[in-house]
Amino acid sequence: MPSDSLWGSINHSGLSRARLHGPRHLIELADLAQATSLAGARAQLQGKCVLLLTRDQLTAALALIELDGVARRLVLCPADLAPEHLPGVIADAEADACIVDAGTAIGPIPLPLQVRATPELVRSELPRERSYETEWVLLTSGTTGAPKLVLHTLASLTSPLDPGVGPAEAPLVWSTFYDVRRYGGLQILLRGLHAGSLVLSDPDEAVTGFFARAAAAGITHISGTPSHWRRALMSGAASTIAPRYVRLSGEIADQGILDSLRAAYPQAVVAHAFASTEAGVAFEVRDGRAGFPAALIGNPGPVELRIKEETLQIRSAGTARCYLGARAESLQDADGFVDTGDRIELRAGRYHFMGRRGGVINVGGLKVHPEEVEAVINAHPWVRMSLVRARRNPITGAVVTADVVVNAASVAGGSPPAEAVLARELTDRCRRSLPPHKVPAMIRIVPTLEVSPSGKLVRPGA
Amino acid sequence: MSVKSTITAQFQQVAREQDRTLASLSDELRLVQSGLDSLSFAIIVARLEDSLGVDPFNSTEAVDFPVTFGDFVRLYERFAK
Repeated sequence: MPSDSLWGSINHSGLSRARLHGPRHLIELADLAQATSLAGARAQLQGKCVLLLTRDQLTAALALIELDGVARRLVLCPADLAPEHLPGVIADAEADACIVDAGTAIGPIPLPLQVRATPELVRSELPRERSYETEWVLLTSGTTGAPKLVLHTLASLTSPLDPGVGPAEAPLVWSTFYDVRRYGGLQILLRGLHAGSLVLSDPDEAVTGFFARAAAAGITHISGTPSHWRRALMSGAASTIAPRYVRLSGEIADQGILDSLRAAYPQAVVAHAFASTEAGVAFEVRDGRAGFPAALIGNPGPVELRIKEETLQIRSAGTARCYLGARAESLQDADGFVDTGDRIELRAGRYHFMGRRGGVINVGGLKVHPEEVEAVINAHPWVRMSLVRARRNPITGAVVTADVVVNAASVAGGSPPAEAVLARELTDRCRRSLPPHKVPAMIRIVPTLEVSPSGKLVRPGA
Repeated sequence: MSVKSTITAQFQQVAREQDRTLASLSDELRLVQSGLDSLSFAIIVARLEDSLGVDPFNSTEAVDFPVTFGDFVRLYERFAK
């Protein structure tokens, strides 16, 4: 059992000066030593399997700090968990208690013990001893169907953290577009707690407001999906923050978005990371180029990567232990590798992500990965984002179509070309770099594209 | 624009885009000899669905698959009414 709870390890990193910035509250972590957000119910939650169902991320983060080592199991439910999935989550997690807040709106909760938490702290001593090696359960962000429950421990979740990241001379101020109850956001919460402060986002807050708070807190490091970042660049507020480190994860980082962020934040390291809830963090690429160096495959080390049937597989101490539930499938193969389901292809010494296995469009028997076509379209200076999808077709089964969102202001300056002109330029661009069956038969200019609560482009049928 | 002229324009446009040499579009021209491949026809059908609002190949009525350019135009004329 690790000697330290989350609270203990935060204290060991000497960061009693760290702060958690919520949309409306500021918590000095040092105050948590003699205070609680759980209204005196911490003792009742000892040994329980606790669902975190708060709407507010700050309240959830405080509960995690207070209950690691106290509860037997913590189940991190993002605020957008659909009510119809709650009974399944309770059953699969074997939950017997929950934490709610004033914003919890998931309907009746069939659990005997319900604790109402707030970010208003009241006086109480926080125990330092760990009674349990608390299990941390994350929900996968499937766009359809019930979420899967993925079992981690604090040790597996913190294994990707660089041990050299201790209390720096000048404390780091992290932020993330992610909900901290999802794997990508939780990684940033743990980094923020161990290396400085953290500014939490809020789903109801516009980018402008979020960046204003982040700037006021002196943000240095920030992460999000490429879709989050495209939204930020479109908001016109991108220049209100000046981070030293910008991180992309959760979706494929194509050259278009990497170049846009490099132009928006010339002083920052723009890094893209590959991670999944099940496999953990695989790697981070800092050279500003899409894809990753081929040398990462087959390298012995703390994180091992291999390719099986064109798909990336990962084994590391950051890998989740198993899925929970009666119908749970196995998460690792016999060798301990996790299949990511993400297809990769070698081009000129670098591996490039080709999209999800199963997301392939079939045009008359020829395969098209939507992400591969989107990468070509997104490289156009007047394109902010695009969605390539199949359109049913009586001749070839399907043809490829693209919906494109235009950049309001390109780094090149001037005003965007007329829609018909842009569509023609994009078609020409695709024709130059892709075989004919991959070139979109139709390109539509659209005002927006739907992004899911987990910050990923919504793919029909995904 | 008549249905026939819309279709003719689309054949020419797609042939240009796909670098195909289009045969002279007479009513008797057999589609297999038009110079277009199946991907070209797939694109033409998809675009005609947008411009004419119909996809005769996906209707609930049984349709005879057109053999000549004239058949193709008549099929669309029948559904585009």
